[in-house]
Amino acid sequence: MTATMNRPLGEPGASRPKPVHVSKTINLTLKVWRQKGPKDTGRFETYKAEGISEDMSFLEMLDVINERLLAENKEPITFDHDCREGICGSCSLMINGIPHGPETATATCQLHMRKFHDGQEVVVEPFRATSFPIVKDLMVDRSAFDRIVEAGGYITVFPGSAPDANLIPVPKPVADAAFIAAACIGCGACVAACPNGAANLFTAAKIGHMNLLPQGQAERYARTEAMVDTMEKFFGSCTNHGECQEACPKEISIDYIALMNKDYLRSKLKNRRYLSRKP
Amino acid sequence: MSDITLDSKSPSGPIQDRWTNHKFSVKLVNPANKRKFDIIVVGTGLAGASAAATLGGLGYNVKAFTFHDTPRRAHSIAAQGGINAAKNYHGDGDSIYRLFYDTVKGGDYRARESNVYRLAQVSVDIIDQCVAQGVPFAREYGGLLDNRSFGGAQVSRTFYAAGQTGQQLLLGAYSALAQQVHKGTVELHTRSEMLDLVVVDGQTAGIVVRDLITGEVTSHSAHAVVLATGGYGNVFYLSTNAMACNVTAAWRAHRRGALFANPCYMQIHPTCIPSSDDFQSKLTLMSESLRNDGRIWVPNNPDDTRGADQIPEGERDYYLERKYPSFGNLVPRDVASRNAKTVVDAGKGIGPLKNGVYLDFSSSLLRLGRDVVKERYDNLFEMYERITGEDPFKTPMRIYPAVHYTMGGLWVDYNLMTNIPGCYSMGEANFSDHGANRLGASALMQGLADGYFVLPYTIGDYLAPQLNQKPVPTDHPAFKAAEAAVRDQNARYLGVKGKYSVDHFHRELGKIMWDYCGMERTEAGLNKALAEIPALYTEFKKDVKVLGDDQSVNQSLERAGRVDDFFQLGYLMCQDALHREESCGGHFRAEHQTDDGEAQRDDENFSYVGAWGFNHAVADGTLHKEPLSFEYCKPSQRSYK
Repeated sequence: MTATMNRPLGEPGASRPKPVHVSKTINLTLKVWRQKGPKDTGRFETYKAEGISEDMSFLEMLDVINERLLAENKEPITFDHDCREGICGSCSLMINGIPHGPETATATCQLHMRKFHDGQEVVVEPFRATSFPIVKDLMVDRSAFDRIVEAGGYITVFPGSAPDANLIPVPKPVADAAFIAAACIGCGACVAACPNGAANLFTAAKIGHMNLLPQGQAERYARTEAMVDTMEKFFGSCTNHGECQEACPKEISIDYIALMNKDYLRSKLKNRRYLSRKP
Repeated sequence: MSDITLDSKSPSGPIQDRWTNHKFSVKLVNPANKRKFDIIVVGTGLAGASAAATLGGLGYNVKAFTFHDTPRRAHSIAAQGGINAAKNYHGDGDSIYRLFYDTVKGGDYRARESNVYRLAQVSVDIIDQCVAQGVPFAREYGGLLDNRSFGGAQVSRTFYAAGQTGQQLLLGAYSALAQQVHKGTVELHTRSEMLDLVVVDGQTAGIVVRDLITGEVTSHSAHAVVLATGGYGNVFYLSTNAMACNVTAAWRAHRRGALFANPCYMQIHPTCIPSSDDFQSKLTLMSESLRNDGRIWVPNNPDDTRGADQIPEGERDYYLERKYPSFGNLVPRDVASRNAKTVVDAGKGIGPLKNGVYLDFSSSLLRLGRDVVKERYDNLFEMYERITGEDPFKTPMRIYPAVHYTMGGLWVDYNLMTNIPGCYSMGEANFSDHGANRLGASALMQGLADGYFVLPYTIGDYLAPQLNQKPVPTDHPAFKAAEAAVRDQNARYLGVKGKYSVDHFHRELGKIMWDYCGMERTEAGLNKALAEIPALYTEFKKDVKVLGDDQSVNQSLERAGRVDDFFQLGYLMCQDALHREESCGGHFRAEHQTDDGEAQRDDENFSYVGAWGFNHAVADGTLHKEPLSFEYCKPSQRSYK
């Protein structure tokens, strides 16, 4: 840590425990993708990450690197992050080629440095997919996901018009299955992991959540078609590699893709009278 | 500024009829005329997204702004435990009146009765709305909704979706918003940060926004502006808030004349993972719902070095169960937090830094079995293990209080309008419903109540008389001046070329705030903070280092503006805490406590909302008082014994 970070602090009050605990530290070599903007070609830059505490999260490690870069008058690394609790879906990063890094079921913000070893080289890149254009450094534009949801990822209900909540019983296994799909945080790891840059797992999770529930039946098929068609406008096609479910920090299963495909097919059959018409 | 009279516009009459009568008395805008009105909504969390969706659905022209890349990132998403509603689905004696009563009492008699009653009334509609839009709440095997209990209540009225209730509710509101975006009734602006409110002739005219990708500064005008921009807990640097949570939108509205009410009321959440080192960027909350099945204790002997499982029952102090037998581990948050501080200050803290207390699930594991506990708290246990490397199934969690929520915020009347006509505020950004302490699972309730069921009704009252009036055009000098001021401010930060990062100053400010305006406050400490903050602020202005430019993504530049506002707000918080010579809820003045260490209110002198006006400089604030009256819940010393 640079000297600037160790200025004497205000007199600590009794309420703040003073850190005396010293955690184990490791030294890493980082290769970080730096790109000034969408038009820049971008390149890897190498940084020494020394004295990194094992108790840090990966993003806290990047905070420390950024403080050091600033001290050397170099622009800090831009990356998306916010809640740092694994739920907002802001953070991303390919860490040694794996979306969100080596730990399963873990978003980058919850990945801790104790999962790395001393002397390791760590390559940090943005999520790579044509439909996620790079904004700057490690920050990408994932707004294509919003277009998919806008196309049909909702159940129409105007405030005030809903019946009493317990008038719609939902069998527990159904509610649980819907919930598992609804746990998707929209981070885009599935797209980044897919060799085709497909967004089928994201879309299937959104569709599965609503299509399973009794409340979602009225718009089930219109929703499925609209969302799948929008997805195909932006993203590649699924060829069942299954990389998406491996990368998913919420461990959403590709079974939901099967469910989506089934509903899509069923919708086409139901609406086959439209098949020959131009949109 | 001094001649402001605070009219809460609270209706009178029997409390259960007030909202109904008020809805009848507000002016309406007919469906065909709604499209003639432009409304700006800033923030897309629970309150903002639900309001924008509802207003769009009603037919208004809505522009929604978020500084995130998508509305669903708003920090509402991280709320874990649940949402309260007076459904009485458990048949355990709950009612609208009881939720109202619990909330007023839980807020230590510092909230407006009319607002709280309305909140309790619409709570039942929120659950109906959310279930209909597909929020997958937890259910019983019969298919009906499950509930659990939360602190400060003796009934089970909390609806939940595992430990991800906020996420599920926000996805619900976001989906409704997305539908309106698709229909074209809502124009969504992402990665756009509001940096000023524009007021022309005493009325709200619009906002000035910076595009966080291109740096472009633009103006947007509307008939009304709704601020739903969350709380200011990040003034403490370390809090459970997301990294980007800030007070900027609300603060800049304050600088334009909106009163800031009760800034010193902030909530410390009792169950967070203790901090481990100086590099720590935030604190992680462990849901209050864990207190349903976890028991809080510390060893009797401060020098006990044995592991938790080695300490026999007789040598443990289950201090909440001992001191508060009827509420036990489910006392309200302020009480639980202060008691944790007391035992840690007495040297009984546990863990490597002796800065936590145990939250122990072993008796629940024996009673319920691992599967039931896992089902209830799986994601929380996993999150804990990831952060600490310890498994709560095997060793008790270590927890300690952390800054979590701010009850203070922009002053609003019963219609949720600030004192600037046409500027509204909702959710955590306003001050309205929680008094001096918020009960668990009530923030989600308030956000959605405001957005789905209150503001869409009350805003018509302001808009209706303006039919066929155009909003102030964005080439008006007031807009141009505000835009220029935003550009100048950014140029100033870039021009300082000082030595220390923005985060450095933020961290230092946070330490001052936590030490002197945190869980326990004293006159001497607050005076010290009031001396230290301006000194540090001066240093910030002449020694901050922001690299890069303002024509592209520049995260340090964004933070510089936010931290600047935190300095000013932090000062006001200390001023407010100093003036409030009593203890109430989350505001604990060490000079004012009962013999057994509980908060000692002073109803005779402080039963009012303290709303501060901004005059030229931060230290010049004027205090305006809105007296509170309690016709239904008679103030008494809160007792959870």
